[in-house]
Amino acid sequence: MSIMNLLGGIDSESATNRRGAIARGGQLAAAAVPVGLAAFARRGFAASASAAAPTIVEVLNFALTLEYLEARYYILGVDSGVIPGRDSRIFTTIRDHEIAHRDFLIGVIRSLSATPVPEPTFDFTAGGAFAPFANYDTFKLLAQAFEDTGVRAYKGQFPNLQSNDTVLTAAATIHSVEGRHAAEVRRLRGEKGWIPFEDPLAPAAIHAVYDGEGNLVQLGINVGAFEGAEAGTEAFDEPLTMAEVLAIASPFIVG
Amino acid sequence: MKLDNAGDAANRVIPPGFAALGDRRQFLKWSGAAAVLLAACDSGPTDSSPPMPSYGAAKGGITDGAAAVTIDLSNDIGILNFAYALEQLEAAFYTMVVANQFTGGGAEEVQVFSDIKKHEVIHREFFRTALGSAAIPGLSFDFSSINFRSRGGVLGVALAFEELGVSAYNGAAQFISNTDYLVIAGKIVSVEARHASTIADLFRPNGKSFAPRAFDLARGFNEVLAIADPYIATAVTLTNVPS
Repeated sequence: MSIMNLLGGIDSESATNRRGAIARGGQLAAAAVPVGLAAFARRGFAASASAAAPTIVEVLNFALTLEYLEARYYILGVDSGVIPGRDSRIFTTIRDHEIAHRDFLIGVIRSLSATPVPEPTFDFTAGGAFAPFANYDTFKLLAQAFEDTGVRAYKGQFPNLQSNDTVLTAAATIHSVEGRHAAEVRRLRGEKGWIPFEDPLAPAAIHAVYDGEGNLVQLGINVGAFEGAEAGTEAFDEPLTMAEVLAIASPFIVG
Repeated sequence: MKLDNAGDAANRVIPPGFAALGDRRQFLKWSGAAAVLLAACDSGPTDSSPPMPSYGAAKGGITDGAAAVTIDLSNDIGILNFAYALEQLEAAFYTMVVANQFTGGGAEEVQVFSDIKKHEVIHREFFRTALGSAAIPGLSFDFSSINFRSRGGVLGVALAFEELGVSAYNGAAQFISNTDYLVIAGKIVSVEARHASTIADLFRPNGKSFAPRAFDLARGFNEVLAIADPYIATAVTLTNVPS
């Protein structure tokens, strides 16, 4: 189950039926490639998403795709006027960071004599389900979903970057900034900056972003035993695989 | 202890007043006066705040730790022990904060510090359990330079510790060999980043301080220890520091 099939009640009543079900992240690689992922497939992302160990460049292009998404989302959001003045500096700050990440990754990929993927075409309404540039609550909701997904996405790629110290460190210094963004947006929405369990306060529309965040076993140790289960889940953020991330992002990528 | 970049480090993200205090503490400790300091910490708050409870009460194991510890950073166990040392520091600090909760910050701040204290205690206990017999002993801490009744003072130090934690994990990642440990470091560092964002925004709610730069810092081990050291009464020595 992804964002798309949980859309009822956000900004459209009909979106759920219109798009139909998309496999939950973990099942994506084995499932038929859904409409939103066709563009990824053409660029070779479907292959990287299902491969055991993507190359450094594949990981960087995956990260670049997420940064394209985030940068474009905040560029459009800031330009739309949906953000009230009291919060405008928060989102121009985040926008500028995502642009810096995007441009940095393009440079890194080129420095490795590889070709950065082009920016996809985005549909931030996800087929009419969301109206983030007309409804500020929706704008913040998707911002939270993108930021918390970004944190999990970078974290999930650390093992695939371990062979390159420079790239791993660069990814780490982006990863923690996404965590800062996520906390700020979460608090703007009245949530904690950290994620309790699978984020029960997050609406169903973005719940797929938090699948697995309730994990309490780290290196075989029950971390809920020390200060309770809620704090135990908050104290560790969980990774997502490339396939899981693409399942979350795909409704917003149309070409 | 050997310091490579102490001067540079002190000028990075440390709030005003933090570095100066650090220099003073460091000088005293390097003079071999740590034990004397701990016994004579009567310098507490200098304003009109009510007196702090004695931190000699060992709340959070502050004064009953080892006199000296050596961490060999040539392998993952050493790096995990380094993280364990930092988590001990954070847990001890937030335990003090919660036990002496300052006023004037509102309900969210009380919740935030209660939550962060739990997270850091969990991180500490996680590392202690994971390391088992390979764990370094508990450290002693010296927070006598901190006025726990001062909202600004606590937020400033909390921010410095969180920024330090983020940069320490980011800097250590490339030296971790075991992939499972690397993932654990990743799971923790983003929570530290969430802390840093929240504390910074409470401290200076200006729409930018929550994420002051597009790329976080990645600090080396010596640089991290130099910043933390003024608050660690135990003499910590790092060997085989990778770079």
